[in-house]
Amino acid sequence: MQNRIDQLFASGKKNILNIYCTAGFPELNDTVKVMEALQENGVDIIELGMPFSDPLADGPVIQDSSTRALQNGMSLHKLFEQLAGFRSKIHIPVILMGYLNPVLRFGVEEFLQKCAETGVDGLILPDLPMAEYERDYKPLFEKYNLDLIFLVTPETSEARLRKIDELSRGFIYAVSSSSTTGKNTDMGNQEAYFARLKNMQLKNPVMIGFGIRDKATFDAAAAHANGAIIGTAFIKAIENSTDLKATIKDFVAGVR
Amino acid sequence: MDIAIDTSKSKYHVDENGYYGRFGGAYIPEMLYPNVEELQRRYMEVLKDPAFQAEFEDLLKNYVGRPSPLYLAKRLSEKYGAKIFLKREDLNHTGAHKVNNTIGQILLAKRLGKNRIIAETGAGQHGVATATVCALMGMECVVYMGSIDIERQAPNVARMKMLGATVVPATSGSKTLKDATNEAIRDWINNPVDTHYILGTAAGPHPYPDMVARFQSVISEEIKKQLKEHTGNENPNYLVACIGGGSNAAGTYFHYVDVPEVKIVAVEAGGKGVHSGFSAATTQLGKIGIIHASKTLLMQTDDGQIVEPHSISAGLDYPGIGPMHAHLFESGRGLFLSATDDEALAAAYELSLLEGIIPAMESAHALAKLKDLPLKPEDVVVLCLSGRGDKDLNTYIANMKK
Repeated sequence: MQNRIDQLFASGKKNILNIYCTAGFPELNDTVKVMEALQENGVDIIELGMPFSDPLADGPVIQDSSTRALQNGMSLHKLFEQLAGFRSKIHIPVILMGYLNPVLRFGVEEFLQKCAETGVDGLILPDLPMAEYERDYKPLFEKYNLDLIFLVTPETSEARLRKIDELSRGFIYAVSSSSTTGKNTDMGNQEAYFARLKNMQLKNPVMIGFGIRDKATFDAAAAHANGAIIGTAFIKAIENSTDLKATIKDFVAGVR
Repeated sequence: MDIAIDTSKSKYHVDENGYYGRFGGAYIPEMLYPNVEELQRRYMEVLKDPAFQAEFEDLLKNYVGRPSPLYLAKRLSEKYGAKIFLKREDLNHTGAHKVNNTIGQILLAKRLGKNRIIAETGAGQHGVATATVCALMGMECVVYMGSIDIERQAPNVARMKMLGATVVPATSGSKTLKDATNEAIRDWINNPVDTHYILGTAAGPHPYPDMVARFQSVISEEIKKQLKEHTGNENPNYLVACIGGGSNAAGTYFHYVDVPEVKIVAVEAGGKGVHSGFSAATTQLGKIGIIHASKTLLMQTDDGQIVEPHSISAGLDYPGIGPMHAHLFESGRGLFLSATDDEALAAAYELSLLEGIIPAMESAHALAKLKDLPLKPEDVVVLCLSGRGDKDLNTYIANMKK
């Protein structure tokens, strides 16, 4: 069954812009407000971060946004409260990104059920091993029609990429270089890697993320894939904003 | 030596998938996959290599000063009514058991062609042991340490610097050991080719829990030999060790887990009392989850956020526990107790006066539970004295009865 992510990629749209923001940030009740502003300004996909105390794959900016969100009182229960009814306002695909521990504590099936109920389309869980997903959770993701999006890096072998492509649904998240989030990767140095991904004729669309921070890096990445993902630069832009709507409008206009 | 012994038939050692019962595994983001996979693929082959073992053994003997004595503590024995032996890891170079593992891992890192070493440290003991072996091998060394711990443990920070290491403050989260570990893992993500991460405890993603346990297994290998010389029997009735992440305990138990008549006792840090809100007694307060890429018991909120533990001992101040120990706990193979800050302090003063040995605050937790074991005069107890107390003098002085 096609969900919003599949429909977006099936439409043949180019230069797909996916923006990451941490739920409950900058203020607890900004989650849906930020999402609305992103949609209004033409963003194609929203990746919503579920804050965690120990986000291993993230650099300092996203870590700090998580810490702040948790201090604001964010939790998974709170997030699902905030997301209740959000589909009456927001029609673009929404992906939740987070670490496995809070999901395990919530209960995997309860969590997936809540995602489906509220209208979430997919998940990124960077510390969920592929083998464990395949063995324990794949049928559940399918039952709730939720995509699981896996990460690949320049070091991921071809055989492993094929396996990831087979298991992924929605798209593949190609990390631009082996790093935590928010490093200033030079996209020009990664052309061989991007070309390798393209030449493999993967069944899933590819979105490039990590180090995408402005129009130049977005265009450079999007030229090699279906689109690109911006996280850290967006968090930096809104963290001290006094007018979220205006800040988000300017930010997106600056990338497009 | 037995560091590469086949444990595939054991119920308590790691299985072929990297698990101990339902604990263990490698919950790593894709960015770490090449590094961790390389270790998983190669560590046993390296450990089995006779040339590697010879080099490891030579350094343990001539640099660390092994074997460490197994000492019959007569006055302590008299007090508790059993034969109590102390495994004197406190007499190792750098003052604790930590160096067994750092020697092993730096030799492994050399074989993997790495030239840069990173490590995490809480109290600074593992940081010092890592800086020491990096100086010995002429390798670059970066140690992550919580910014709060840097303030609390100034002498160890100075030691690391004198040994040529760069000490980087971890300023994220709670700014202690758990965050220093996060920062070390993040460094490794960003430096995937030339860097080896010397994790200091029997935790983290597979193969670390098993690899660290194997390098520390020299402790139980020696205990067997030495106890046989002392008593004619290599098996004690009780084997006692303190547990934070659990590296000295893993080494103490390693060759005994499948010997049912040896009772395994693990002592966690009870802090100000298990239910005081200031404790590090993970098996009592923790629930299953993922910390530092391992599925194990950990202290967390109902929302799955990892919480900051408390212990007077920086080395036990960890919200998780190695997966081997989580399994020893859940399977009932190990008896898990906890000692409060006050009990540990009392035990440290007692050992100092009875035996002329000032123990590390960590080891004092193990000593503190001798009073709670149902000991009989003919019982033989081996307790791992994991480190010496020099680093804890400020705490001891501050708490001394006037």
